[in-house]
Amino acid sequence: MTPPESEGAASETLIASYLGGPARTGSRFTFWLGLATLIGLAGVAALGLLAAPADDVQGDAVRIIFVHVPAALGAYTALGVTAVGSVMWLWRRSVWWDVTAHAGAEIGVLLCGLTLVTGMLWGRPTWGTYWEWGDVRLVTALILFLVMVGYLSVRALGGDADSVATRAAVVGLVGGINIPIVNRSVNWWANRTLHQQSSLTDGKLADLTLFTLFLAFVMAAMAILWMMVHRFRIGWLERQLQARDLDEALAARRAEAAR
Amino acid sequence: MTAWRELSRFTGDAVLVASKDLRIEWRARTALGQMLPFAVLVLVLFGFALDANRPTLRLATPGLLWMTVLFATVVAVQRSVAVESADGARRMLLLSGMAPAAAFAGKAAAVAVQLLVVEALLVPGVVLLYDADIESVPLVVATCVAATVGLAAAGSLLGAVVAGVRAHQTVLPILLLPVSAPVLIAATRAFADGFGTVAVDGWPWVALLAGFAAVNAVVGAVVYGPLLEDT
Repeated sequence: MTPPESEGAASETLIASYLGGPARTGSRFTFWLGLATLIGLAGVAALGLLAAPADDVQGDAVRIIFVHVPAALGAYTALGVTAVGSVMWLWRRSVWWDVTAHAGAEIGVLLCGLTLVTGMLWGRPTWGTYWEWGDVRLVTALILFLVMVGYLSVRALGGDADSVATRAAVVGLVGGINIPIVNRSVNWWANRTLHQQSSLTDGKLADLTLFTLFLAFVMAAMAILWMMVHRFRIGWLERQLQARDLDEALAARRAEAAR
Repeated sequence: MTAWRELSRFTGDAVLVASKDLRIEWRARTALGQMLPFAVLVLVLFGFALDANRPTLRLATPGLLWMTVLFATVVAVQRSVAVESADGARRMLLLSGMAPAAAFAGKAAAVAVQLLVVEALLVPGVVLLYDADIESVPLVVATCVAATVGLAAAGSLLGAVVAGVRAHQTVLPILLLPVSAPVLIAATRAFADGFGTVAVDGWPWVALLAGFAAVNAVVGAVVYGPLLEDT
């Protein structure tokens, strides 16, 4: 099996010749990675919904951890990448890190939203409420989500790529640095948490549940990698396209001046 | 000796920028003519929203007051950005040769002074309108100063992020308000102690506000230069 050819092969070649490089975001590696991730996620769904036992206390609601916990860790990882990328852009002017930071932010916002929604769905049957103001992690995650939505709205402002990169990097940096203060303030404010501290290490989870959770972690990491690579390549192509347009416009003006 | 000279030059530049902004605000009367009425209006509207229920209002006073200050911060920062957008003033600031950190300190100081004026009106305002009692004046004053410096620093920094963008008036609140969440929480708790509505110790919250102010002032001083150059 080879990667399927895309429909717009002709326009793709056109873009490729225009940019002087490949104009697609997929590759043999991402194709097989994506396929393996899909199969793995189907496995997680089957194990998590059918095979893993229901919890003594929480019943079937416990199954949501197979989505919630990997999504939460993935969100923090992706947003950590954004924070690092923001610093690297401001410090080293690395376009590579700038594009990576943007990719991390989009994926991080998606996963952070997924974490909040699954957490609320799980909280209703388990805690008896969708939203608990006293829970530090919940409130911190929401603030983080809102900060990163702001980051994406700065990205969407448009304009010169370098200037957008700097604006966004400052938002990423400010957001990243303030999150620990948010966490501290909510912690003092509420001074309680409903989150269980470590269901992973206290040995209460069944072996099959643990295995499913482990598989879910691996699959989440693969899915995030797949999305990161694709989103990075889109951002990279956009950057090249913008630079190319600028070069052509400059050349045209010079030609006019020489005439 | 050079360190001393550097410091006095930094302070001089910062004072220059701050006094320039304040002079413009004073002559245009925008801060006085719009921000103060706006802040009082919000206080009155909160009274309507909570059905003029005195016990509820008294209990909610610290939170309502600081929500009002947050709104006023958005207005003040938008003014501060607008002053710099006209006639390519940002370029001039960059070309003036002063340290970007000093320019940032000056911009933030001007916003802080305006916010302190607003707070000086709001605190007596809640005493009159919401029946609040001030139990600890030092705590209230310290909270106002620490929270204001933090808000002015974070606000001026994020204001510079959106400066020169067409949609800056709508983007600024989205950026500033979530980051200001710790200020709202901490200042509200400290005021709850200062007004005696809740039995908490307010001083650790003032320390947290000071931490927020320090972090955002340092970040602002470091990245203001790249922001001025790139945007």
